[in-house]
Amino acid sequence: MADPLLDVTDLRVRFGSRGRAVHAVQGISFTIEPGQTMAIIGESGSGKTVSAYALMGLLPRTAQVSGSIRFKGIEVVGLGEKALQDHRGRNVAMVFQNPERSLNPTMKVGSQITEAIRRHLSMSREQAHERAVALLRTVRIPAAERRFHEYPHQLSGGMRQRVIIAIALACEPALLIADEATTALDVTTQAQIMNLLLDLQQELGTALLMISHDLALAASYAEEVMVMYAGRIVEQAAAPDLFGNVRMPYTRALLDAIPRTDTEPHMLLPVIGGRPPDLSAISPGCSFAPRCPEARQDCRQRIPPLEQHEMDHWWACWHPCGKETAS
Amino acid sequence: MTEAAGPAAPGGAPLLEVRHLVQEFVLRDYGGAKGGVLQAVADVSFDLNSGETLGIVGETGSGKSTLARSVIQAPPPKHGSVIFEGKDLVGMSHRAMKPVRRDLQMVFQDPFTSLDPKWTVSRIVAEPLVAYGVGSRAERRERVNSLLDLVGLDPGGYGGRRPRELSGGQAQRVAIARALVLEPKLILCDEPVSSLDVLVQAQVLNLFERLRSDLRLSYLFIAHDLAMVKQVSDRIAVMYLGKLCEIGPVRDIYRRPLHPYTLALLDSIPNPDPSAGRRESAHVISGELPSPLNPPSGCRFRTRCPRAQERCAQEAPELRSLGTEGHLVACHFPLIDVSGPRREPAAVSG
Repeated sequence: MADPLLDVTDLRVRFGSRGRAVHAVQGISFTIEPGQTMAIIGESGSGKTVSAYALMGLLPRTAQVSGSIRFKGIEVVGLGEKALQDHRGRNVAMVFQNPERSLNPTMKVGSQITEAIRRHLSMSREQAHERAVALLRTVRIPAAERRFHEYPHQLSGGMRQRVIIAIALACEPALLIADEATTALDVTTQAQIMNLLLDLQQELGTALLMISHDLALAASYAEEVMVMYAGRIVEQAAAPDLFGNVRMPYTRALLDAIPRTDTEPHMLLPVIGGRPPDLSAISPGCSFAPRCPEARQDCRQRIPPLEQHEMDHWWACWHPCGKETAS
Repeated sequence: MTEAAGPAAPGGAPLLEVRHLVQEFVLRDYGGAKGGVLQAVADVSFDLNSGETLGIVGETGSGKSTLARSVIQAPPPKHGSVIFEGKDLVGMSHRAMKPVRRDLQMVFQDPFTSLDPKWTVSRIVAEPLVAYGVGSRAERRERVNSLLDLVGLDPGGYGGRRPRELSGGQAQRVAIARALVLEPKLILCDEPVSSLDVLVQAQVLNLFERLRSDLRLSYLFIAHDLAMVKQVSDRIAVMYLGKLCEIGPVRDIYRRPLHPYTLALLDSIPNPDPSAGRRESAHVISGELPSPLNPPSGCRFRTRCPRAQERCAQEAPELRSLGTEGHLVACHFPLIDVSGPRREPAAVSG
């Protein structure tokens, strides 16, 4: 089998030093194959966005990154700024959460796309213009030629997110990272954008890494899902397998907390108390143990490793759901 | 009086009666010239009974927040009436409004921008009591502590904190405590859980539900997602471009939606059930909300509606009773011709 597109091994990210170091990512490993749709799920502060920034080489200098991120066999960790600029855009591109803040309000939409094209590909102004209009059509923006000359404020939220996707696709990246790309949008627009991303993935063969707090969204659109908690991957499986046979109590809690349309009204949602742990203090045991309904003595003493327990189903838990045999 | 959008109150008049509510904003061009009139809420009528929750759902720009603000007269609506406990609030003097506002409180989407960053939690929650001159200092302190307790915050640990020292869920609990401190009858919640993480969101939704049954509160609960309002609501109203397209009891809206827009909203909710499989291009409606400055003629949804026909462009559909009692829909071609409208494939472009 060919090499994976992206191979992440024991990625660790730490901010600050000595006195109060925050261990945002605590050793995650995964691979993404060409054309695959992967999702990282987690709450705020679980380390999912920091991991994505590490893949892009976008972390500030104060961040201490260790481990390995190999993209098409080339190591990204420790790459210089010049090489990173080539890496971004051509290899990996990112769509951010807030379409208002990722576009320059004083520049026409078209110029923002041609800027990205001409930065990475040697094209004349006319060629870049042509390509930008073609990209606007690719992301299904009606009247692309007219939109090219408009400013971001003249577009709706969904249209702006389409423009950002067009910019991200400008250099035909092999991997597109969508960091909460639809969170700020309405449900109807969210469905449109997600369907657009999947269609484009089919057309262009781009791998897609979705980052989201929304488990239901990942279940509906991703092939494989990783669940992150407190800087670690706690469960990983193909989407139908993960949601059909949840093993990690944290994933169970996330799934139970989703308001659904098929329940009776005025029923309380099953919730767990507590908050995610402080990432500046590393606990000796499972970081979910203080909130976990299944937690026992051993959970507080030893960190459960992420292991493959069933065919392509990985989890990090000493007492997984549905696996309680007499022991 | 036209037909009330909702069932009659079992005993006496409803808590809130909204009739033909219209809210408009005049847009100004350069130099203050009149640029156009934006009708954010266009002739909306509904009732809310005591102890009942009405969920209001719609996309950004559907007018749902403007509707809530018009109810509390901030700013007062252009036309129509808002009758709260038998008194019309529209046109009421500021002085006459003051005692009414005690009974009408609001919880906003972003707790951090709705709480004063420099004040302590105790002072924030006590402010309405001070404003209305309720109780002595000691009585107020006791009331604040009991309310923080009620929303699940330890008064000793959190009373002295400032908003920036709180998480999003904790800050929203403070905002809820502040809304409850005067023992209001109706709370208007404008997307109160949209900015929270899934687990915290579930905790706060449960809190709303618990307070509703314990204190017999009424809510107008606004959300952009039909899944979010199901838990707390007795009835649901769906808004599109300033108009009500459907209103009815919770069970009917989710099991038998009559308006094509309600069906589209239901189908856009991602389903965590693995058997549902990948959605690909399911029943997703195409296009975007048209400009409210220049709404489509006839039915406002027709430009995105898979069932739209000639008549929809010419004649605006009125809300009419259909199906079970209290279920009203504004559509010329509602989803009633098949046994299971939820499963009817909505033929859409895509």
